[in-house]
Amino acid sequence: MNAAVSRMDGSPPQAPKARAGRVLAPYLLTLPGGLWLLVFFLVPMLIMTSVSLQTGSLEEGFRLTWHFRTYLDVVSRYHAQFVRSLIYGSIASFATLVVSYPVAYWIAFRGGRHKTTYLLLLLLPFFVSFVIRTLAWEFILADDGILLGTLKHLHLIPQSFRLLATSTAVISGIAYNFLPFMALPLYVALEKIDRSVVEAARDLYANRSQVFWRVIFPLSIPGVFAGFLLTFVPAVGDYVNASILGGTNTVMIGNIIQLQFLQNFHYPVAAALSFILMAGLLIGIFAYARVLGARSIEEYV
Amino acid sequence: MSVEASGATAAIHAAGPVREPGSRARRSTRFVLPIYTGMVIVYLMLPILVMILYGFNDSSPKRVSFTWEGFTTQWYVHLFAIPDLTTAIKNSLFIATVSTIIATILGTLMGLALVRYRYRGRQSTDFVLFMNIAAPEIVLGASLLSLFVTLGVPRGILTIVIAHVMFNIAYVAITVRARLSGFDRSVEEAAQDLGAGPFATFTRVTLPLIWPGVLAGALLAFALSIDDFIITNFNAGSVVTFPLWVYGAVKLGIPPQVFVMGTLIFMGGAVIAVVNVLAQRRKN
Repeated sequence: MNAAVSRMDGSPPQAPKARAGRVLAPYLLTLPGGLWLLVFFLVPMLIMTSVSLQTGSLEEGFRLTWHFRTYLDVVSRYHAQFVRSLIYGSIASFATLVVSYPVAYWIAFRGGRHKTTYLLLLLLPFFVSFVIRTLAWEFILADDGILLGTLKHLHLIPQSFRLLATSTAVISGIAYNFLPFMALPLYVALEKIDRSVVEAARDLYANRSQVFWRVIFPLSIPGVFAGFLLTFVPAVGDYVNASILGGTNTVMIGNIIQLQFLQNFHYPVAAALSFILMAGLLIGIFAYARVLGARSIEEYV
Repeated sequence: MSVEASGATAAIHAAGPVREPGSRARRSTRFVLPIYTGMVIVYLMLPILVMILYGFNDSSPKRVSFTWEGFTTQWYVHLFAIPDLTTAIKNSLFIATVSTIIATILGTLMGLALVRYRYRGRQSTDFVLFMNIAAPEIVLGASLLSLFVTLGVPRGILTIVIAHVMFNIAYVAITVRARLSGFDRSVEEAAQDLGAGPFATFTRVTLPLIWPGVLAGALLAFALSIDDFIITNFNAGSVVTFPLWVYGAVKLGIPPQVFVMGTLIFMGGAVIAVVNVLAQRRKN
């Protein structure tokens, strides 16, 4: 896997110095970025785990006391927010799948010469700041805002009807914000499908729904999984939508982590919550990677 | 893939011959998908239109109201009338520029190593990059803050730059790798055979070849950096970036300039993207 393989690249036997350079080159190239990720990504994960087992206060300082009770406490106090985040994330991801599949299908199979243009249109929301996009939805969904204000003016809905501060508003905000993360992997998967397989199914007298459900859809499953991962993970951890579009009944786990870390300075509590979130999602991602292979997901990132 | 495909074909065999789909049904449903796609694109544009529109609303300078008060361009004229907001946008531009430069260099080197060499540790590098992208932002932000809190590092511009480089390296490396997968090593070897040293080979041969990939990675990094809210919020201390300022202003009222700045950033990004698409089309 190392020296032998680098010889297999087709390089003829070289002077020892050049060969040593060849062997070292990938490490030298990986080193700076690798160190950065080690120090600011991997090590912090361990430190966060350690912080979650500490006790103390901001004034007196925190010490590692292996206080596992924190985990029991946070689970009993915040299980509702955990469950809610998972439910919101699932509904939002499923909604983006249903909404964006036909779009991805149409662009991949019928987009013709303008495929890039259509994809660009799907990506345009990303040129607007995430916070501003969510804020614009607040303007649209507000009680006297663009949508409800107009409908109330026309007496189509009761005056007391509201969307802000409901779970509908938060879920639709999340679904809106992460829709392109679903649409793109779906498009990539559909685009890859060998057209001759579809032709073959038609030649064998499959009707259109059979062609879709028995050939196209099964072949697009990797894209569905990748898209689900890419929308579900950020959706579960998000707190911007819940805090701008939501209310006291729509608090998600991200809101709690943010509150405990940045306002209450209860570092161990916040770290324990983050650890549970990370561990839960990691197990899910590992299960994914085992079923599909990490590369198959990465291809769509 | 071929196994799945043959399975699917076999399944269709088993279903037996079915009548040919009628061409009349085809004609009537032909417009359903394009119309639906158009509707989804309109839905995606909706908040953008709201943002652009309310940048022209003649409402109070303190707070944009939901109601339309008339058309004005004064917020474009008085774009920098709010000092804190101006500082925030300057911070964002500075942080995005610095972190993009660092992340692009580190990420490009990593991407090169991943495409060109098979070495021990390649798979773990791959895996770390994948984890970095797959991990939820809030966990990245919270764990990095744990590090800074434990070491007693004061939060500020420096810690934000560190955080942005951390989440951008993987995106740059993966973009560069994707654009490089068809890279022809023999060109480099030819340069070396003709007497070029490693440095000359890199700057005169390798870099021009990988440049489009590097540029794409850098653009992505800049966009992600300037837009980042969650990770920045954890590691900013008292420094305020554009997204942080907007988020903080939500409860107090959003001044119209926020929408104007959002519109200008959107236009800038859209122009770059359109130019890019046109350039690609010309090449093809």
